[in-house]
Amino acid sequence: MALDGKTSEYKQIGSTPDRPDGLDKVTGRARYGADIHVPGMLHGAVVRSPHAHAKIIKIDATKALALKGVKAVVTRADFPEGLEGEDWNLQENCMAGEKALYDGHAVAAVAATSALIARDAAKLVDVTYEVLPHVTDVDAAMQDGAPIIREGAADYSVPEGMHPNVVRYFDTGRGDLDKGFADADLVVERSYTTEAAHQGYIEPHACMGQMGADGRGEMWVCTQGHWFIRRMSTAVLGIETTNIRVTPSEIGGGFGGKTTITFEPLSLALSRAAGGKPVKMVMSRAEVLRSTGPTASASMDIKMGMTKDGKITAAHGTFRMQGGAFPGAPVDVTTMLAFANYNIEHVHHIGYDVLTNRPKQAAYRAPGAPMAAFAVESTIDEMCRELGLDPINTRLKNAARDGTRSTFGPKFGPIGLVESLEAARDHPNMQAPLGPNQGRGIASGYWMNWGGETSASVAMSEDGTVTVSVGTPDIGGSRASMALMAAEAFGIKYEDVRVNISDTGALGVNEPTHGSRATYASGLATIKAAEECIGKMCQRAADKWGIDVDAVTWEDGAAKPSGPNAGDHDPLTIGEICAEMGETGGPISGHYEGSPTGFSGSFGTHVVDVEVDPETGHTTVLRYLVVQDAGKAIHPAYVEGQFQGGAAQGIGWALNEEYIYGEDGRLQNPIFLDYRIPVASDLPMIDTVIVEVPNPGHPYGVRGVGETGITPPLPALANAIRSATGLRLTGLPMTPPKILAALKAHGDNG
Amino acid sequence: MRYHTPDSFGDAAAIAASATGITRFLAGGTDVLVQLRSDLVEPDDLIDIKHIAGVKEITQRSDGGWDLGVAVAGAEMTEHAGLSADWPGLVEGMDLIGSTQVQGRATLVGNLCNASPAGDGVPAMMTAGVTLTVTGPNGSREVAVEDVPAGPGKTTLAKGELVSAVHIPARGDNAGDAYLRFIPRTEMDIAVVGCAVNLRLDGDTVVEARVALGAVAPTARLVLAAAEAIIGTTLDDAALEALASAASAACQPIDDKRGTIEFRTDVAGVLAKRAAKIAYGRAKGDAA
Amino acid sequence: MSNKIHVTTTVNGDEAEFLCDPRETLLDCLRDRLHMTGVKEGCGTGDCGACSVTVDGRLVCSCLMLGAEAEGKEIATVEGMADGDALHPLQEKFIEHAALQCGICTPGILVASEALLKKNPDPTEEELRYWLAGNLCRCTGYDKIIRAVMDAAAEMREAS
Repeated sequence: MALDGKTSEYKQIGSTPDRPDGLDKVTGRARYGADIHVPGMLHGAVVRSPHAHAKIIKIDATKALALKGVKAVVTRADFPEGLEGEDWNLQENCMAGEKALYDGHAVAAVAATSALIARDAAKLVDVTYEVLPHVTDVDAAMQDGAPIIREGAADYSVPEGMHPNVVRYFDTGRGDLDKGFADADLVVERSYTTEAAHQGYIEPHACMGQMGADGRGEMWVCTQGHWFIRRMSTAVLGIETTNIRVTPSEIGGGFGGKTTITFEPLSLALSRAAGGKPVKMVMSRAEVLRSTGPTASASMDIKMGMTKDGKITAAHGTFRMQGGAFPGAPVDVTTMLAFANYNIEHVHHIGYDVLTNRPKQAAYRAPGAPMAAFAVESTIDEMCRELGLDPINTRLKNAARDGTRSTFGPKFGPIGLVESLEAARDHPNMQAPLGPNQGRGIASGYWMNWGGETSASVAMSEDGTVTVSVGTPDIGGSRASMALMAAEAFGIKYEDVRVNISDTGALGVNEPTHGSRATYASGLATIKAAEECIGKMCQRAADKWGIDVDAVTWEDGAAKPSGPNAGDHDPLTIGEICAEMGETGGPISGHYEGSPTGFSGSFGTHVVDVEVDPETGHTTVLRYLVVQDAGKAIHPAYVEGQFQGGAAQGIGWALNEEYIYGEDGRLQNPIFLDYRIPVASDLPMIDTVIVEVPNPGHPYGVRGVGETGITPPLPALANAIRSATGLRLTGLPMTPPKILAALKAHGDNG
Repeated sequence: MRYHTPDSFGDAAAIAASATGITRFLAGGTDVLVQLRSDLVEPDDLIDIKHIAGVKEITQRSDGGWDLGVAVAGAEMTEHAGLSADWPGLVEGMDLIGSTQVQGRATLVGNLCNASPAGDGVPAMMTAGVTLTVTGPNGSREVAVEDVPAGPGKTTLAKGELVSAVHIPARGDNAGDAYLRFIPRTEMDIAVVGCAVNLRLDGDTVVEARVALGAVAPTARLVLAAAEAIIGTTLDDAALEALASAASAACQPIDDKRGTIEFRTDVAGVLAKRAAKIAYGRAKGDAA
Repeated sequence: MSNKIHVTTTVNGDEAEFLCDPRETLLDCLRDRLHMTGVKEGCGTGDCGACSVTVDGRLVCSCLMLGAEAEGKEIATVEGMADGDALHPLQEKFIEHAALQCGICTPGILVASEALLKKNPDPTEEELRYWLAGNLCRCTGYDKIIRAVMDAAAEMREAS
């Protein structure tokens, strides 16, 4: 077999065929989390704390259980004790123990014969609370005297003397900061804040769980990763992992927020308590916003030095982040990626992970990266302005490239930051004229990507068509990408490949569709498994021809003698080989199991033009450009889609999205009316340029593209507003009241 | 919850008057159903008034004014060429509420009786001088729109009373109205500030005017001083500044998740100026 | 459960009957009683448009209407858009333009777009964006959705 060196002309990848699941998804047939109905199914509902911080004195379910149709009520008492670490965190978050830790924290759950009865019953569960002082702001939570969320939650990393709410501490860097700052002609220090933003997927969390008294059962879940659901749910319930088989539904968006459990184990607990009847649970939008994921909020101090000609000499960042009532704010990633765009000799990062009375944060697209990008790219813009330097050329001067030792340690291989900056510089949007009150902002961003545990199988059918089974749910067209890569590997038609998203019973462990890994890792696994099939088919041909398999080559979907010395044999097509595979040795399939490490990050540069209404502070996005390195775009339309979607989410985070807590610690805006994600009329067309600097760690050069796109918009918008108004806004979101207040203050000061 | 479908306003009023629990009238349902879903209000009796004859009709009276059925949806108002030509501000106030989908159901009277201080339909009703027929268990009465809101979520309607007809005055000559609101996005938000202006010209001079503000006080309200600031003027810059000052001065807003006191006060003046210019242009016969 | 209301209605041209609690929305009834699960719930409060249907030709959020109100009405959902095997041009163009990623908002956006094109076969981009402002999409940034609808509109104009 000889597949090596197949890098020249691609026949399939890079084209944009219809996605295999397109028909189901435009006709309403595709089944998402809430679309399941099974015989005897019960419906679950969750009782949630209305208090930000409260001791649970008593839970009385008598009235709820007396309601006709109610089959079970569960509380923390129905869960095992003695869990530790993140398992305990997950359990505590799914169902409060001694204390409710945030507004919306689950304290009990009910199963009944209809969703309405379940909701009515949930209201009848009588919970007695002793309300405790609360804190929801990260800086306030670190102050002396702040309410302690949980004593003893801090790990070994936290230096002595810090408030018990500081639970993890990071301190990394290299070089000599003093020297670096001494070498600078300009040193700028600024402080920034970002608010928590929710992933905002349109599909609320939904699941169906069934578990008998023997602890065995099934789950149906809308999730980015059903092996994660399985492992976490069984851990929380104290049962063996393989006892539960999890089938992923179609998923209506996740963006990181559906990589963990929030209420899924409750369906199993309720099912067990209700005699093994399946229990379906669907969150309301308010439950989604109050109790699942948002990302962390951040408070940051940045200090950077630059020479007159634009060389960054030193950088220091302090990042304080809260991720709710549990450890896990992605401050480790924030510190790692803060300055990663640039080649900086002297660099230092400090990070604090802080507990507050907010929901447990979940990953959100490039978790941890956008906050730091906002702070660092805003600071660089400010320095360029002060020194009269071009923002793109300055970034080019400092850009990380092949061989640069990254600010977080390892050396970069081939990467595309320079190419993305050059493509942005050369794009027509850079020449678009700007009118009064209009401004242009530029920023770059990065996501490192991920490999992770990956299992896939490829099975040949009798007619030579191919079934690919992967374990990464298709959130944005990945079935099409897998089918393209398989078709490319086999040299067959795209239509001859069917891609299944397998349940946990059908493949080895898979990490979720997260970390921008699906196209990279499941794609690599698909190609490797296909190559195994091809090897086996070449062997069948070799056996038939009576030659050595080394003398067989695979080309355009057929086995061929590799040269004149191999003998004169007509090619055996994939269809011919598979038609007789039963007689020639049995079914043919290929597998891949591994944790591929050849992933490589994706850089991008965004250019945005805005107009700010000087009388109201309203920002209109006039023009938007995303340039990003895809390594190799397998299905360019879905790559563009990732760029555009990331940009739109970043625009929302920059301008209007935020978690607003009242004095009472309750979330003020748990509804899409007031949690303001961008609507169609808020946005212009989002222009895209796909840069392709192949990743040598993937057979076709793929880089994950999903996450980078949310990173540059935050600073790009801030820089554009600076350009339009002269104002440097340092707190997100940059709402009209904030901008108008800043404009007035600016005007008053002359 | 009991669901009723009376076929007359008298019956609807009788059901409401004899109800002992929480009662709501259902027209478009775009507030009632949200409150139900959000566990804010679960009525014991829900009285659907759409089975009453005439509630979906828009009719022009002989005096040139308009009578509007209480269940006419926003989209039906927007699509009505005659009404839109006469009262563009009133129609656009209604049209700004919610999405296209919400427009398919939401009603002007529902917006009024939901009594949110930020209802987009209300300020332009006030500036237009809309009156309502209110039917109760003891018969009907006429009431001016501005006398209905009593505070956030509260109206002056008595138990058992409901609005049974909407009367919009004749437009008359040389007049125009406009409504503008400020929201953080371009659509789908609750007004942070709203302002309606209705005026009539004699030549270039404003001879009649009404100005109303929304979302800056416990109820939408007419601002007499703001109207006086432009009456007798040609809406020159000085008049506009006086208008803005009067509008801002009339604000008694709150700080909340949608805006600050300072922001609302400032933007009320900005919107008043902008709305007045549009209304003035319309009175002059400018397109739109 | 004596409180249940019997409703006879028409869904995608077929007569349909169901019993519902008076509190159940049309969305609940379509999904749970009639198993029309192409109609999605994203918010339940009229803010996302995923549950868009038409009632007597008028675009509405089915979460903002009671099931009981459907008596005697003509309801149309995404399930009725295709004509047998033949997809509606909007459905075809959504696939062709990669106008869906996760696809959860797609049924609502298709129904809403169809309602617009019936009323206005030649919308401007701005008219389309405002018409669809009540249909939230978190995946696409709307770009490819707008392109798909504009392209479908052009094709439908040409065909008519």
